[in-house]
Amino acid sequence: MPRSLLGIEELERSEIEQILERTKAFQPHGGQTFAKVNTCTGMLVVNAFFENSTRTRSSFEIAAKRLGADTLSITASGSSVSKGESLVDTLNTLVAMRPSAIVMRHKASGAPHFLSRHLSTPIVNAGDGTHEHPTQALLDARTILDRCGKLEGLRVAIIGDIQHSRVARSNVHLLSKFGAEIVLCGPPSLLPREMASIANGVTLEYDMRRAVRGTDVIMMLRVQLERIHEPPMQAGEYFRFYGLRQEHIELAHPDVIVMHPGPMNRGQEISSEVADSQRSMILSQVENGVSVRMAVLERVLLQ
Amino acid sequence: MKLLIRNGRVICPATGHDGVADVLIEDGRIAGVAPDIVAPGSETIDAAGLVVAPGFIDIHVHLREPGFTHAETIATGARAAAAGGFTTVCCMPNTNPINDSATVTTYIVEKARREAIVNVFPIGAITKGSQGEELAAIGSMVAAGAVAISDDGRPVMNARVIRRAMESARALDIPVIEHCEDLNLSAGGDMHECIDSVRLGLRGIPSASEDVMVARDIILAELTGARYHVAHISTKNAVAMVQYARQRGLPVTCEATPHHIALHTGHMKPYDSNYKMKPPLRCDHDVAAVVDGVANGAVDCLATDHAPHAGDDKMQEFENCPFGITGLETALGISLEVLVHTGQICLNKLIALYTSEPARVIGWKNEQARGALKPGYVGDVTILHPEYPWTYDVKNSASKSTNTPFSGKTFRGGPIVTVVGGQVVWRAPGF
Repeated sequence: MPRSLLGIEELERSEIEQILERTKAFQPHGGQTFAKVNTCTGMLVVNAFFENSTRTRSSFEIAAKRLGADTLSITASGSSVSKGESLVDTLNTLVAMRPSAIVMRHKASGAPHFLSRHLSTPIVNAGDGTHEHPTQALLDARTILDRCGKLEGLRVAIIGDIQHSRVARSNVHLLSKFGAEIVLCGPPSLLPREMASIANGVTLEYDMRRAVRGTDVIMMLRVQLERIHEPPMQAGEYFRFYGLRQEHIELAHPDVIVMHPGPMNRGQEISSEVADSQRSMILSQVENGVSVRMAVLERVLLQ
Repeated sequence: MKLLIRNGRVICPATGHDGVADVLIEDGRIAGVAPDIVAPGSETIDAAGLVVAPGFIDIHVHLREPGFTHAETIATGARAAAAGGFTTVCCMPNTNPINDSATVTTYIVEKARREAIVNVFPIGAITKGSQGEELAAIGSMVAAGAVAISDDGRPVMNARVIRRAMESARALDIPVIEHCEDLNLSAGGDMHECIDSVRLGLRGIPSASEDVMVARDIILAELTGARYHVAHISTKNAVAMVQYARQRGLPVTCEATPHHIALHTGHMKPYDSNYKMKPPLRCDHDVAAVVDGVANGAVDCLATDHAPHAGDDKMQEFENCPFGITGLETALGISLEVLVHTGQICLNKLIALYTSEPARVIGWKNEQARGALKPGYVGDVTILHPEYPWTYDVKNSASKSTNTPFSGKTFRGGPIVTVVGGQVVWRAPGF
């Protein structure tokens, strides 16, 4: 079986630890760029992005190149998908070009899981619908570890559109495996009650002030309007009740860090004051994204 | 022309017969049920050790013709029915064109008369184009052979429209069959709303979407006096409401599918479209309530909702795949396993759920009377064995489609011979 990376839920804690440990080898120091390590020279990584993405696609592309692999990026708008070809046929065509791995983003939950049952090439899930985004959770974990030194026992508040967030699901699974205390917070229509049961250590909170109290990490999520059929509340009201502002930072742990997977909507789910503050890890997350994806790709390519 | 089925254990729930006897079919009709019938010149089947039952009836299938013949045709669907032991099927109107006029009804009736090896009765649409707005030509369809009306798959959301349909159906003495799903509550959903839908990032179809429409329709059935039938019931509340309606003396009935009593969300293979149907597989407590309903009589009959889809249509991202699975060939095996071998019901009761009970729901009369081994009834017989082991391989299916989660499954008991109008139309391999 090809060693795909489809989600965090099915990974063992030890596998996650190995990836996060290997990531450290790829982190740049000071003003350096990412080291070119060439462990995967001659291999071909296809980035098949059937849903818009700038940061994740660039991040995977840089990661593959830093490993010495060749890359090819395909986006939905320019592909045969827009000509009515089925996903299986498109992927089979790509597989015939003998890539070593396929990095895939798709708007349908489970699309890479469905494909992995029919393809022999390993797949790295770069986000499937509202299901999982495993490399995001890994880079978030690396970022937290770099700052806090541990995950166990930390209190992490994830706030926003939980219902439609693959980032939230992957982070919940990862943090839960490491014994963190996870508080999910959002408007009732975007925070299904069942989320409390998908992993250990999860509680739900509809009041943001209570969610952030004493918390070590705050992860903000954007409202995914493209996946919502009716807005949960008026935009102005959303910022009032679920927008992160300085007053929330003061309720949190004194060393609290603020994270956001991007793209970020200033004045919607986060104020500029907080986004640009010393608390914000947003650019560290982007930087760790490349290192984590190097570790993930290397694990898949050198299996 | 005579067919004598000898020495089988004859079970006919409608007459209460259960014992070894012969069944004689003459000129397409049941001529007699008695020990040691002497009928010179008849073709003979030795049914010793087998169970002889009235021909099985499935009041909920999709034959896809006209319009979707790449997935199924009347001929292939009928062959799949025969291979499942069914002698009569009622086909839903969501073809292309929709069966909303006497023209389409007649087309199906004629095509079936020429090409189908089992009896096929069309179900007409409730509304024109199943759009839920304007009533279809209900009287003309019934005159052309439709036995019920339904907008299956496209529930009638407008309460005034379904009220008017019920009034027409009452006057014509046909049942209104509703696919109960409030589309506003289920919009965009791909599986049952529960922890698994949340975990898998799939949009949910809450049980409430079914419950709300069953409640509305029962109120309207009382208002209109119509015979009202809930298709593929799948929730605890819906079963309770049907029970309540019957306690009030209303002519309300319901059916359950084999897959809704055999499988719950925990059985789903993630993102495998062979587990995607409407209503969706529900949680275990809903499934338990439907099984209880079958055992205690709240559920009137079983029906497959045989819904063939071409392979390409089911080989897609889960959210893009159409709803439905095939079911004719596995129905008896599944229901024996879930209901009889577990002791939930006896074999006689199971046979009733596939014969006298669906016949009662539709209400066939006079020369169309079926569902029992009574003299003068249509000469349809299903011979089965409740114990013999067999394995279902969808590659050998008579259906044109292969969308089933049950391929490879080994069953204990199944159909052996299917007899339609005194003719053997199917035999199990090896018999």
